[in-house]
Amino acid sequence: MSTLPQTVVRPEFEADDLATASHADVARKLTLWERIVDLDGVRKLTILVALMLAWEIYTRVSGVSEFILPKFSDTAAALYDSLVNDQLLIMIKNSISVLLTGYAIGLVIATLLTTVAIMTRFGSDILSTLTAMLNPLPAIALLPLALLWFGLGSSSVVFTLLHSVIWPVALNAHTGFMGVSETQRMVGRNYGLRGVMYVAKLLIPAAFPSILMGLKIGWAYAWRTLIAAELVFGGAIADTSGEQSGGLGWFVFANQMDMQIPYVFAGLFTVILVGVIVESLIFSTIEAKTIRRWGMQSS
Amino acid sequence: MDQGAQTAAGNSPAAAAVDPLLDVDGVTLQYKTKEHLITATYRVGFKVYPADRFVLLGPSGCGKSTLLKGVAGYMRPVEGNMRLKGVDIKEPGPDRVMVFQEFDQLLPWKTVKQNITFALMNGGKCKTQSEADEIAMEYIKKVKLDRFEDTFPHMLSGGMKQRVAIARGMAMEPDILLMDEPFAALDALTRRQMQEELLQLWEDTHFTVLFVTHSIEEALIVGSRILVLSPHPGQVKAELNAHHLNHDNTADPNFRELQQKIHDMLFADRILEEELAAGQGDQ
Repeated sequence: MSTLPQTVVRPEFEADDLATASHADVARKLTLWERIVDLDGVRKLTILVALMLAWEIYTRVSGVSEFILPKFSDTAAALYDSLVNDQLLIMIKNSISVLLTGYAIGLVIATLLTTVAIMTRFGSDILSTLTAMLNPLPAIALLPLALLWFGLGSSSVVFTLLHSVIWPVALNAHTGFMGVSETQRMVGRNYGLRGVMYVAKLLIPAAFPSILMGLKIGWAYAWRTLIAAELVFGGAIADTSGEQSGGLGWFVFANQMDMQIPYVFAGLFTVILVGVIVESLIFSTIEAKTIRRWGMQSS
Repeated sequence: MDQGAQTAAGNSPAAAAVDPLLDVDGVTLQYKTKEHLITATYRVGFKVYPADRFVLLGPSGCGKSTLLKGVAGYMRPVEGNMRLKGVDIKEPGPDRVMVFQEFDQLLPWKTVKQNITFALMNGGKCKTQSEADEIAMEYIKKVKLDRFEDTFPHMLSGGMKQRVAIARGMAMEPDILLMDEPFAALDALTRRQMQEELLQLWEDTHFTVLFVTHSIEEALIVGSRILVLSPHPGQVKAELNAHHLNHDNTADPNFRELQQKIHDMLFADRILEEELAAGQGDQ
């Protein structure tokens, strides 16, 4: 005979009066320490400081050759020296201006491609086929060809940058537009949005998380491609475009040639630094002011 | 509220003397899926008069939401016609504002107030921002969301989001407010509260609303007139009066009676279908 568990009937009760919890227990203020630990910047900075310390200690203790791995303090000094006495600032400016040119033209082309793709099915087919074909092709692999077509100079680099910007930006924007919810589309049309207004006031903000993602990926690809291009062909490019030329990649390459290893590290540091600054100052600010504020992306 | 509904019914002019606001006549609606062409409604006809709380009621598959999309102008009928104030419905427009079931009908990049002013400005109701702000605040107060006007939708609960959507729809003062199961995604307690609030709002201005639901109880409480639709494809089964019913008399015999009557109407099909299926099984 099976013994199923039986319902245990217990006496009922109703609370007469509820004890009032003290205010402090219901919503306690976070302590200073809890709030400090909560700051993103503080936690990340701690990691960075730890890494630098580990580097400095390792180079001092192990006695590794400074041509292999210079001390952190030497690298920092080299960075300071190149910023103040050498042309590092100008080189940063050169790199960024080439990058911005490529990025801007890339965005225009990506916008055109996406517009055609959302308007017609044929356009959408063109975009997906081109992206599938060209996205896996590293932009730097196009540089030899670009040098052949456009000659030595920044236009060749801009051409390769276009390649690294267009596909991720167009693909993400297109995906974003396709993913706008049917309800939101219907709402837009209900309140009389048509044509360009419909795209500007409804589709673009609704697809903004994807669009921004594309812009970020496009920027990161372009930055990498640019440094690589300058590193590999920087000498050739720098030589033709007159005085005070060459970018960050060229700075790294030239110093390696001169066996100025701390300066090589300083150059790499600058590459990282520019990347981090753009990511954390520009894109993070846009994100915080838009998609995170709107709850379209969790923070 | 019971009294209000009754006086409204008592004073109601004879239907013949008033022109219908919305005239749906012999409408067949079809839509395509990947594999099939589905006939959602077949020759459905009904007339909505001003100040009606007209409910489209039926089980899933009776084409009630499709019918509402047709009235909103998102779909064209393959047969029959739909006229609003005598004019053929061709495309979506701010004279027929839709309140959806989905919470994402609020634009996440706009605050509560901006969602409403956005509609007012683009729908051509307001020329200036200050005018739109004023109207928006008025309706935000009506749905008891003052203090939340600068909040973004993702910070609101489901019920609050639907209130904003209703405020946005009402602020437009459309000829007819279209509501597609607006409370279906809410919990039972919030749903009841929202039904009451909708009826209170109706008491204020006697706006015309076309309301879709699959809940018989909700139809009886919210509606003044109920169109009962049968499924696959949607066809008119009956048109019933429910203006005398609301939350206060859900326990009354006539409420129960009407509820049972509609239940039988909708359920009869299923019994028939089951018998048919059983009969086929026997052979």
